[in-house]
Amino acid sequence: MSNLINLISVWALPAILLIVLTVGIFKKVPIYEEFTEGAKDGFKIAIKIIPYLVAIIVGIAMLRASGAIEMCSNLMSGVLTRFNVPADTLPLMIVRSLSGSAALGVFSDIANNLGPDSFATKLAAVMVGSSETTFYVLAVYFGAVGIKKLRYAVLVGVLADIIGIISAVWVANLMFA
Amino acid sequence: MNYIFYFLIVISIIVGAINGKLQEVTNAVMDGAELSVKVAFSLIGIMAFWLGIMRIAQKSGIIDWIAKVIKPITKVLFNEIPPESDAVGDIAMNFTANAFGLSNAATPFGLKAMEELQNVNKDKTSASNSMCLLLGMNTAGFQLIPTTVLAVLVGIGYKNPTEIIAPTLLVTTIAFVSAIILSKIFQRIWKPRIEEVKNEQSD
Repeated sequence: MSNLINLISVWALPAILLIVLTVGIFKKVPIYEEFTEGAKDGFKIAIKIIPYLVAIIVGIAMLRASGAIEMCSNLMSGVLTRFNVPADTLPLMIVRSLSGSAALGVFSDIANNLGPDSFATKLAAVMVGSSETTFYVLAVYFGAVGIKKLRYAVLVGVLADIIGIISAVWVANLMFA
Repeated sequence: MNYIFYFLIVISIIVGAINGKLQEVTNAVMDGAELSVKVAFSLIGIMAFWLGIMRIAQKSGIIDWIAKVIKPITKVLFNEIPPESDAVGDIAMNFTANAFGLSNAATPFGLKAMEELQNVNKDKTSASNSMCLLLGMNTAGFQLIPTTVLAVLVGIGYKNPTEIIAPTLLVTTIAFVSAIILSKIFQRIWKPRIEEVKNEQSD
């Protein structure tokens, strides 16, 4: 099973490239010209999202530096121990919607300090594996097309994250506790 | 977004002041600003590459084929976009790339889809229902195999790291489906305020 999964993750990218280029050649598409034509857009989009990235990343960096995330997890720790949620995973719950690299950092920290056999490591693994950095996606996707009124998009993202956290706790307790 | 931005910064400053970490908060402004440009620049190469590959895929008809296969699903979910729009194919590729954990490849597809959706959007400053749905699907982070997490677990000597895959898949599916359902519910409640836009433009 793990061999198969390894095989898939190693081959996913090369397979896509092989298929796309081979079909392209076969259908007589000028693949080099079309490639460079498409690639031009990469630069445009990346430059376009900078202002939105600056706003979001600076805001989140400030929040992390202020110690607000630790304060929040201290406040909630009493409630959450009742649901068999290890206190170590609390910062992760808050951070995982805000910053992908920070979430991975917190997760590695938990894994290395508490070891492979702890429930916290398993719960943290499920939480990180099942999440995407909501606010980064919001900034990049809407920034690229210049949308300023996000309507309910933030609410959906945050609620889905909360549902994700609750189900992670539930599933992890069911399987690993 | 205005309020989120405001509260992020105001709370950081107030909490930073209480914790005596105001200097760190100030430093975070510089670090964050620098980091955001780094992130954007690190995207350029990989974006260019995948947009180039995607263009070949589009010209050779692969995208049309994929779009056709999952069209019944996208048609139901994204019922507001015209079926001939390129957005359908891009959304399909965005989802497929995400599912295989290729987030670097998924972003260009997603952004392309966003542009297509913006082309058919009536109010260019306000997110359309389809845009919010695409966003929700992406923020839920649906992924078949959590490769990075597996790498960390292997690194600490976890005996059977693949046991994490099934629960993670279950959780990510729950989050993904709820994001879709929530978007569909909210789009009925949270209608775009067209009148307001007209007023702003006449000001």
